[in-house]
Amino acid sequence: MQFTSFLQDGRLTVALTGEIDHHCAKHYIQSIAAKIEAYTPSVCVLDFQDVSFVDSSGIAVVINALRSMTQIEGTLVLDGLTEQPMKVFRASGIDKLVQIKEVV
Amino acid sequence: MMKFENYMTLEFPSKSCNEAFARSAVACFAAQLDPTMEELGDIRTAVSEAVTNCIVHAYPDELGTVTVRCRILKGQTLDIVVKDKGIGISDIEQARKPMFTTGGMDRSGMGFTIMESFMTNLDITSEPGKGTTVHMRRKLQRRK
Repeated sequence: MQFTSFLQDGRLTVALTGEIDHHCAKHYIQSIAAKIEAYTPSVCVLDFQDVSFVDSSGIAVVINALRSMTQIEGTLVLDGLTEQPMKVFRASGIDKLVQIKEVV
Repeated sequence: MMKFENYMTLEFPSKSCNEAFARSAVACFAAQLDPTMEELGDIRTAVSEAVTNCIVHAYPDELGTVTVRCRILKGQTLDIVVKDKGIGISDIEQARKPMFTTGGMDRSGMGFTIMESFMTNLDITSEPGKGTTVHMRRKLQRRK
């Protein structure tokens, strides 16, 4: 599991990679929460461009990030979603709670 | 009994690193049915959910054995059984409800909902103290 992030003009971008399942979800949840707490960004973008697979553990990653951003009255955006992750997020209804940008 | 055309069985300990192994192995087996990318993604997701349930819920405090059996049935149908001998589920109806989980903050409670929506059939049998069996079927499109 690899993970890079950068902050620019109050916008925190977290680039996730590989496959997100229960095996790595806890690490992602804790790392993203720590970044949001440290930088208190107005917008947090979770970049899924290099994520090839998610299961319902990915939903937990998004819900926890959303919770952290709601606490500081910020916005969460999901970017670069390919077909498989998008289908999982749609099935869970999370696409109605957060702003999502799909890869066309 | 419905005739099968091919089958395989996997058995592994309930370690979380085996989630990726299980879904990849089932996807490789399913490849002989010439599935679409979307169908393959659906199968990988459903298997990942079922196997994760065994690892997180069936054996919460110890390692146990997870068995995944796949069969190819006539009519382009993939039949998958994920079985454990763990603690079992006392209330299956409650467990199937969206957002219900007995897991921690890293669980979403959407596992069975995803399995239901990504597979053609889902059947769960369980006995507290004896284990749980998740039986899924996915009928695949015949390519023209």
